[in-house]
Order: sequence, then structure tokens, then C-alpha cells
Amino acid sequence: MSQLVFDPSKVMDIDYTQRTDYLDGLAAIKAAHKVLKEITYTPSLPDKGYTNRTLYVNVGSLEITEKPVTQQMKDVFIGGRGFGLYHLWNAVKPTTRWNDPENEIIISPGPVAGMTQYAGTGKSLVVSLSPQTDIPIDSNVGGFYGPLLKFSGFDGLELQGKSDKDIILFIDGVKGIIRIEEAPKDPVDSHVLAEVLTHMYAENEKDLPNISVVSTGAAAEHSLIGMLNFSFYDRRRKCVRFKQAGRGGIGTVFRDKRIRALVVRGPKVAGDLNHPADPETIAKTGIKFHKEMRENDGTQCMMRRNGTAHIVEIMDAYDLLPVHNFQYGSHPDVHKIDSSYWQQRCTQHTVDGCWYGCSMACAKGADGLVLKTGPYKGDMVTVDGPEYENAAGLGSNCGVFDPDYLLELNFYCDTYGICTITYGTLTAFVMECYQRGILNQERTGGLEMTWGNAEADLEMMHQMARGEGFGKIAGLGVKKMKEYFIKQGWGDPQLINDIGMENKGLEYSQYMSKESLAQQGGYALTNKGPQHDEAWLIFMDMVNKQLPTFEDKAEALYYFPLFRTWFGLNGFCKLPWNDVVPADNSSQPEAHKVPEHVQNYVDLFSATTGIKISKEDLIIQSAKVYNFQRVFNIRMGKGLRLHDAAPYRSLGPVTKEEYESRAERYDQQIITEMDLDPAGKTTEEKMAMHRQWRTERFSKLMDSVYTRRGWTLDGVPTLARLKELGLDAFPEVVEVVKQHL
Amino acid sequence: MIVVNEEPLAWHPGMTVRDVLRARNYRFPMLVIHVNDALIQKTDYDTTSIPDGAVVKVIHLISGG
Repeated sequence: MSQLVFDPSKVMDIDYTQRTDYLDGLAAIKAAHKVLKEITYTPSLPDKGYTNRTLYVNVGSLEITEKPVTQQMKDVFIGGRGFGLYHLWNAVKPTTRWNDPENEIIISPGPVAGMTQYAGTGKSLVVSLSPQTDIPIDSNVGGFYGPLLKFSGFDGLELQGKSDKDIILFIDGVKGIIRIEEAPKDPVDSHVLAEVLTHMYAENEKDLPNISVVSTGAAAEHSLIGMLNFSFYDRRRKCVRFKQAGRGGIGTVFRDKRIRALVVRGPKVAGDLNHPADPETIAKTGIKFHKEMRENDGTQCMMRRNGTAHIVEIMDAYDLLPVHNFQYGSHPDVHKIDSSYWQQRCTQHTVDGCWYGCSMACAKGADGLVLKTGPYKGDMVTVDGPEYENAAGLGSNCGVFDPDYLLELNFYCDTYGICTITYGTLTAFVMECYQRGILNQERTGGLEMTWGNAEADLEMMHQMARGEGFGKIAGLGVKKMKEYFIKQGWGDPQLINDIGMENKGLEYSQYMSKESLAQQGGYALTNKGPQHDEAWLIFMDMVNKQLPTFEDKAEALYYFPLFRTWFGLNGFCKLPWNDVVPADNSSQPEAHKVPEHVQNYVDLFSATTGIKISKEDLIIQSAKVYNFQRVFNIRMGKGLRLHDAAPYRSLGPVTKEEYESRAERYDQQIITEMDLDPAGKTTEEKMAMHRQWRTERFSKLMDSVYTRRGWTLDGVPTLARLKELGLDAFPEVVEVVKQHL
Repeated sequence: MIVVNEEPLAWHPGMTVRDVLRARNYRFPMLVIHVNDALIQKTDYDTTSIPDGAVVKVIHLISGG
């Protein structure tokens, strides 16, 4: 074991004040704005975490209405993702698709969000029907918009309808004004647009941190994988930065509605704006955590120095880093993009949090990046990250180990409004198709999509933003690319389906699940698709051997998805839960759950809302929303066992090269796990034995998990489970389930 | 021979917890380690000797994600 040591003398000396300025056209852009609708309202601050109303805006009809938050909403759905799913259910029909006017985008921060005494409390959840999956997508995001929305008087924002012109929705939570403005001349890409709008709506320089902008970029107009940038103003750098609601194409829905941006102007943030029931407990819990961060982070994950990129070299060491479209788990060039590099490249003399009071402060900024390509070539910009997912997805998974190109890919994903995880996985798929002759230069319109060709990679992204060429095809995402390639007769359909890493239409995030059955379930047996924010079980399963039986794995796939769902109901970030732990954590029972931190969350919820809960109640709160979402999927024609199927690349070795790269491990498994003899067998024969074994055990895992979750073997929540959770109070929910029992 | 996370590892006299971590390339910084059910503190990894035949559990906390 070796711990990276921070050496301040190695940090690059970058003058970030020389950043390119984009404010020249501000006056003309503002002059072109035309008010389409304006109302006044009475701003209010939350009481015990809730403002008790949400805001409904129809961008087509220009209707602006307040809706009450009912006691039932709070009891069953809590907030955040729960509120999003509740509103979406009421807005759509089973036949609604992502680009129908009735589809909504809902942003809700949750009752605890906006707290400033504890780390990681600025999250909001964004919910919509996804253009990629045709089921609800939920995407969690930092930045200031969610908390400022709440401090302007709303527990959530529903956006419905479609405008026939580009519009901006402005909420002034200080003056009590809500305005829809036509925005004909506004910039398209986020890093310019958010900078302009932040200065346009701030009343003076001191007001800049009270503004937050939600926006996307050019690629969201031409692809299905658009994401949303949530801004926060960095006072030290004097620039706007972003966190992303990345997954599932919500940015695409946003632009389909012709929304250019959402702007909120909130009150100056202070520590008591949530008006919690028990501020003393919140203060005490926060102080305890901050002390823990200060004392332990330097010898644990070093989140304050490295952010989540600290696990790049760890995943590589454990053969878990996705390399070349999840074929391999490590690469000799990984040192070029691991955290020892990023801690030199990212500015270190400033605290980088995405919400007030976060002592984990993992949002690392890479300043002074001079762009080499695209419409902003020559500009000097600040780009956030890369976080682990970006380094792995845009980097190792595509064979890109040049850190400057990796930062440029990251920058353009952000400003164009492209999900970095999705882009990484779909590009890796394209590159493997190129490697195997499924694609060639003729089919890609001249793009030489070889491993590590960052220039071709960037050109594909620029094409996506322009809606041109092969980039437009890539912007359909892996699922639709697979269908397109097969339809064109460009390769063996089974191979194309095996190596295209998507489930439910969503691309896999950046961990190798091949050698961990529990993680295969952690990805595929999810509500929205294969994202690591439900269950990350690779260490428990593959390394620690803590989950030897199907029942053990099923228990983990019951508990962790529910535990992590809870963060998204309340406005918490996951990272402070387990990227630092108390010094005595190792002596606690179930140390992997970090029991002291679980108790912190129980205390923070109770102290905010005044509703006393236990750690068991926390799981029940989540189970209500989780099962509601499963039924919602079924209502939309998905959500059954067949929709949880996983691509074989996520379960085992697809190709001969993959098998032979781990031949010792795989041959041994034939002996110990299958009770067969690999001697004398060809690699192809051994691969077939593995495929049968791995497919069968994944099917058994599904049986075990569904049973533990209280679902039928077809993945449908039983009526008994719905009743146990109080969801039988919703006749429509029961009706959906009855059709499948 | 010792057993580390259910898998055998060659033992040698004077073998410490740190040696086991090196042998297995266990680089993750947040570990909970038991040797024959006794918890070993992080400060003792370099000095704790492992007896032949020991059962070693190296629990990696979840992190990630």
C-alpha cells in the first residue's frame, strides 16, 4: 500500500486571471430580451426545511402557478427525486414520450438541501422522461440553483410545455418576480451563456454569488445525450463554474422545450435559512464532521487535494479501471492521468466546494487551459475536474492518456451540454467498433477512431455540437447506434450487442463489473439504468469476499440502493458518507456502512424537519420512492425482468483477447466454480463455458434480488410490498401492478 | 501459507501486515484489517507480524461511486 503524498512545490504555477472574457456582447444580448410574461409573488424561506409550495411553469402557454406541498407528498416522497417522480407521474401518460409537451423537467433540492453546517448539502435532483430510455431519469447535481430556488420560496420547479421561441425563466427570490423572457441573441454554449447571464441578472458585483444559471449547450440540440449545467459563482477566481445533471439526456429535453436557461436570484446565503427544528444538533454534527475531515482526509482519500480522481490509480491497481471499452482493467500509461498529475495541474491554493460549508471541497478546478480545437480554439478557460468518471470515461476507456486533451474533452462536454460518462462510454464503443472493422473511415466520414486518437475524438464531439456527420449518429447513444449499425449490416449483431455497454438505453458508468457479480446487479438491476449511484459493491464482493452467497449479494443490492436513494430525496451529496471515515470506524460493527455517518444523517434529517427517524426509517423512506419508481417504469412499458438484461461485456469476456488477458483467473474458475476441466479446451470453448456459467448466475442473482426486494420473479413489486410501504394509497399505482401479477 | 480474503498467500517468517498489502497490491487507503479476528490499527501495519496459517481479512471500505 502506498499513499500519495502532496508536494506543494510541484503544483503548476498557472495565472488564472488571464482567462478569456465573454462579456463584450452583454448589453446587446440584454437589449434583445423581451418580456413574455411576468408575475409577482411573495418570497418565503423554508420552515423546517420545506417552503411548502412548488412552482409550475408551462413554457408553451406561459402559465405560472404555485402548487401546495401536501403532507402526503412529504410523508411518502420526502423531496428531491421523490417530488420529481410524483410530479412527473401526474404530468404524463403511459404513451408520453420525451419530446411530447406534457413531459416535464422537475428540479427539487429536498428538505435538508441548503444547510451550510455539514458537508455535501447543496444537491438537487432533476427528473424527466429520458430520450435515451423512455422511462424516468433522475440525475443529481450540485451548484447553487437548487438551494437558491428553495430560499426563493419553492421546494421544486416543474417545467412543462414547449415554447416556439428561445426563452429564459428568471426567478427573483428577493424581489418576488417570476419572468419568462424571449432570448433571441443569447449565446448557446454554457461557459459563455452562464457567464453572461450571471452578470446580466446580478444587481452588482456583490450579488454575483446569489445568481445561479441552469443551461446546456449546442450538442443538446442535436443529440439525445444532452445534460444540464448548474452554475455556481467562484468568488476567488471571479468566474462561473458548473456541476452537471448529466445522465439520461435531460439537456435534450430542455432544448426541445426551447428553454435557453433558468436563472435564479436568491437571497444572500446564511446558516439558518432552512429554519431547522433543532439548529444545535445540526451545528454539533457539522463541527464533528469538519474536525474529522481536517484530521483524517490527508491520510485517507485526500478529497480536498484530488477530488474523486484519487481513485484512478486505485482502480488501475485493482484491475477495475475501464480500458478500451471495458475490455481490460489497467493500462501502463495510467500514471499520466492519475491523481499525482491532477494535484499538480489543478489549482490548490483555494478551497473548491460546490456549495457553502462543504469541508470536503472536492470540486477541483484546472485553470489556464488554452484550447487547441473547436469554436473556442485559442481561448483560455477554467475547467472543472476531471472527476474520476471523466478521467476514466474520456481517458482510459478510450485510450486517451494525454491530460491536456482529456481536459479539453472535459471542457467541450461541459460547454456543449454533453454527459461526460455517456460520451466516454459511447466513444469507447465507437473505437472498439473501429478496431473490429464494424466501422471504418468511410462509415465515420473520415474520422479515424483509433484508440487514443484524441483529435478525432474531439472532432466527433464538434460534429455532435454542429449536428453533422458521424457525430450526429454517435449522439444517438450506444443503444440506438447498435440498432443502426446492425440495420446497416456493418457487423455481427451478437458482437455489436455484446460490446455496446448500455442497459435500458443508458450507457454504463466507468467501473469494470466483469469480475463482480454483485456489481453486475448493481448496474443492471437499477431503476434508471447503469449508474454507480445505486450500489458500488466491487470491493465488498470481488476484493473483500464479503458477499459469498446469492442471498448476501441480494441483501447488499437491497440495502445500498435504498440507502443511496435517500441522499437524493434530501439534497445530500454521497461523497461525505464514505470518502472520509471517523478514526475509530474500523472498530465499529459493519464498518463498511460507516455507522457514525449513517447516524449523522439520521440526526440531520430529524433536526431539520423535526420528524424523528431511525436508521431503519431512513431505508423505509427510500423504499417507498424506489418502488414507486419501479412501478412508474412498468407504467411506461418497461421495468420488467427483460429490461434489466445486461450486455455480456459487463458479465464476462466477449473476445479471445479479453479471455487470454485473464486466462489464469478464468481457467481456475472453470475448475473451482464450474467443477469442469479446462485442459485441452480451446479458448473459444472455454469462453463458451464461461458465457453459460456467467449468464446463468446473473439470472440466479436476479431471482434473489427480486425476492429480497419484495418483487415477483418478473421484477414487479407485489401488492403486499406496496401495502407494506403505504403505496396502496395510490389506486393508479396498484392498477399498474395488477396488470402484471 | 496464510489465507487473505479467502485466497492463499505464501507466508515467510517476519511477514508483516504491510508485506501482505504489498504482496496483494492493496493500495486503497481506507482498510479494516483483522488477523485471526484481531483488529490491527493502521499505525501497527509495519510492526504486526503475521503467524503462519493466519486468516487475514482486509476489508476495503466502499468509497468510489
